[in-house]
Amino acid sequence: MATRQHSILTIDGVAALLDALRRRGYRVIGPTVRDQAIVYDDITSLADLPRGWTDEQGAGRYRLARRDDDAVFGFAVGPHSWKKFLHSPAQRLWRTERSADGVRIIAEPVSAKPLAFVGVRSCELHAIAIQDRVLLEGAYPDQHYRARREAAFLVAVNCTEPGGTCFCASMNTGPKALGGYDLALTEIAAEGERRFAVDVGSAAGSGLLAELPHRAATPGETAAAEAAIAGATGRMGRAMPDADEVPALLRRNLDHPRWEEVADRCLTCGNCTMVCPTCFCTTVEDVASLDGSASEHVQHWDSCFTMDFSYLHGGSVRASPRSRYRQWMTHKLSTWWDQFGTSGCVGCGRCISWCPVGIDITEEVAAIRGSDSAARGREG
Amino acid sequence: MARVPEAASVPIVARVRARRRETHDTWTLSIEAGEFAFEPGQFNMLYAFGIGEIPVSLSGDPGAPGPLIHTVRAVGSASQAITRLRPGDPIGLRGPFGTAWPVDESTGSDVLVIGGGLGLAPLRPAIYRLLAERDRYGQIAVLYGTRSPADILYRREIERWRRRLDTAVEVTVDHADAGWHGHVGVVTRLIDRAAFDPDHAVALVCGPEIMMRFAANTLQAAAIAPERIYVAMERNMKCAIGQCGHCQFGPTLVCRDGAVMRYDRVRPLLTVREL
Ligand SMILES: Cc1cc2nc3c(=O)[nH]c(=O)nc-3n(C[C@H](O)[C@H](O)[C@H](O)COP(=O)(O)OP(=O)(O)OC[C@H]3O[C@@H](n4cnc5c(N)ncnc54)[C@H](O)[C@@H]3O)c2cc1C
Ligand code: SF4
Ligand code: SF4
Ligand code: FES
Repeated sequence: MATRQHSILTIDGVAALLDALRRRGYRVIGPTVRDQAIVYDDITSLADLPRGWTDEQGAGRYRLARRDDDAVFGFAVGPHSWKKFLHSPAQRLWRTERSADGVRIIAEPVSAKPLAFVGVRSCELHAIAIQDRVLLEGAYPDQHYRARREAAFLVAVNCTEPGGTCFCASMNTGPKALGGYDLALTEIAAEGERRFAVDVGSAAGSGLLAELPHRAATPGETAAAEAAIAGATGRMGRAMPDADEVPALLRRNLDHPRWEEVADRCLTCGNCTMVCPTCFCTTVEDVASLDGSASEHVQHWDSCFTMDFSYLHGGSVRASPRSRYRQWMTHKLSTWWDQFGTSGCVGCGRCISWCPVGIDITEEVAAIRGSDSAARGREG
Repeated sequence: MARVPEAASVPIVARVRARRRETHDTWTLSIEAGEFAFEPGQFNMLYAFGIGEIPVSLSGDPGAPGPLIHTVRAVGSASQAITRLRPGDPIGLRGPFGTAWPVDESTGSDVLVIGGGLGLAPLRPAIYRLLAERDRYGQIAVLYGTRSPADILYRREIERWRRRLDTAVEVTVDHADAGWHGHVGVVTRLIDRAAFDPDHAVALVCGPEIMMRFAANTLQAAAIAPERIYVAMERNMKCAIGQCGHCQFGPTLVCRDGAVMRYDRVRPLLTVREL
């Protein structure tokens, strides 16, 4: 919308936003400093937000640092993502009860204590949309995910301080939130104070904004907000080379020697799948009571880096680390398109920062691209 | 015919009606599950209470009302628990899931049904349907290979099929015993003996991955186009509804895009090691 008019909230306006969400019955979740990282957890007031903090990120490296200003959202993304709240790490699906008149299977009721997320980045909005595709848009929507997803209120924050491992600009997933939010904030500094330019993305967002002390943005404030986002685009630590070509590139390079080289470094720890905001894989576990009269069937996050993941009677299909790393990367960047019509990677950089040996998905693509089998085939 | 989503993700309580031993480690269960429609090639998730859920093909007659038939080999915790169930015992069940063998689509064609080992179980519903509407098809051949004569499933039924004059039924074993007078050798060898018109033949193949690859090679050598060859893939499955990621086979999800898949679509994937 060309004529979209920004509104401005001051820092007190942001505090009022948190209060208004709580008054409406939301459990408010946002970024907060804990264990030397910025994580997502319950937020009760402005004081819980990581004001004046930033993060320094590189391959296998994440460190908190003090900013020389008091920016509220002056950092990129940490080890958590919103999937922790929408696609629960542990979800009971059903229980069974044995009694004199037989066995009953009791489906887990959906719970919908509504959640409000404050500080959702553009890449994360895309990640949520990708999980929606996987979990809601197939033939059998996940009822638990749906209940939480539909009730959620999303306050996006446009990125003005990208991280050293970010590459959303090259994936077309940021840094500016283009939709899928209720309200979107862009933080700017003006006249010695923090101000937040607000975009409204939904009727619910509009209703909430109306309750907050706000005013119309001046043309200068709107320009400053746009400039802050544009500046972020140019300051990302990484880029995915030729992103549009990557699905086909990987498809024709399943036997590339690079898979062996990366497997020599990869610990198959699964960190990358745990921190990734789009990885959706789960396993299930049955837990029986000691007397055998009851049991629970519980779904947990799983990782394609485990041996069990591909187990068939007699052994794992993907026994070598090489095949498991290849599964992970080709799924994110290539076969996800075939399966769900979208990328499985949004360029958030978490898998790079949180890899204990600093494996970098953009570097791996670049290496394969540098000696593409199509090119090698032409030479030979 | 898929059930409503809720019933697809949470099992119903069904009841075992009968249990028959097929081989030393394999049993066939009939399960009372009420009204239930399925297509040949589809599978259910069977749930052993407190132990776990496993994918098991429907192997009964899709045209016959009555209990569902599942043939299960005891290989691990859940399959062992399921094969130990007795008549009257409850069992959890959800389904049916997955794609079907192209039985109706093969009207007017010759049909080759090629099974290896337990792979005959998911093919049997297709055989029932083919034989029930025998005059819709040209030649029909059922080719079945097992390790030894003791591993042959559905013996009486195979004998009955063999007595039909309108259908070729051949059984081969890898290792014969003293009482065996039939074919010895891999099932692919039977393909050359079967009568079919390669331009108008469809092949339905199910067995270990390596057997399906060899069978597909032999079929192609016999001039059957890869688009007319169908295989059933097997991958680890936890959810059967496209959400757990376990059944990935390259660009496909076997629970959703399979288990029955057209060979020309999976041929490039089958040659990639550890995909
Ligand atoms: C579409 C499909 C149809 C099948 N049809 C039949 C059938 O008709 N009859 C039959 O006996 N078996 C069939 N199987 C194989 C059967 O599902 C496995 O033997 C069974 O899952 C083994 O589980 P378990 O707990 O007994 O063994 P364990 O070895 O303890 O297995 C542990 C876990 O590994 C996984 N797993 C192990 N082996 C397999 C496997 N081969 N396939 C899929 N997951 C596996 C399961 O998730 C299981 O819960 C089928 C498999 C698929 C995918
Ligand atoms: S693959 Fe890595 S960069 Fe891409 S979305 Fe997942 S964690 Fe982020
Ligand atoms: S990369 Fe691995 S864990 Fe992540 S969604 Fe794909 S298969 Fe699942
Ligand atoms: S079995 Fe879960 S996605 Fe196919």
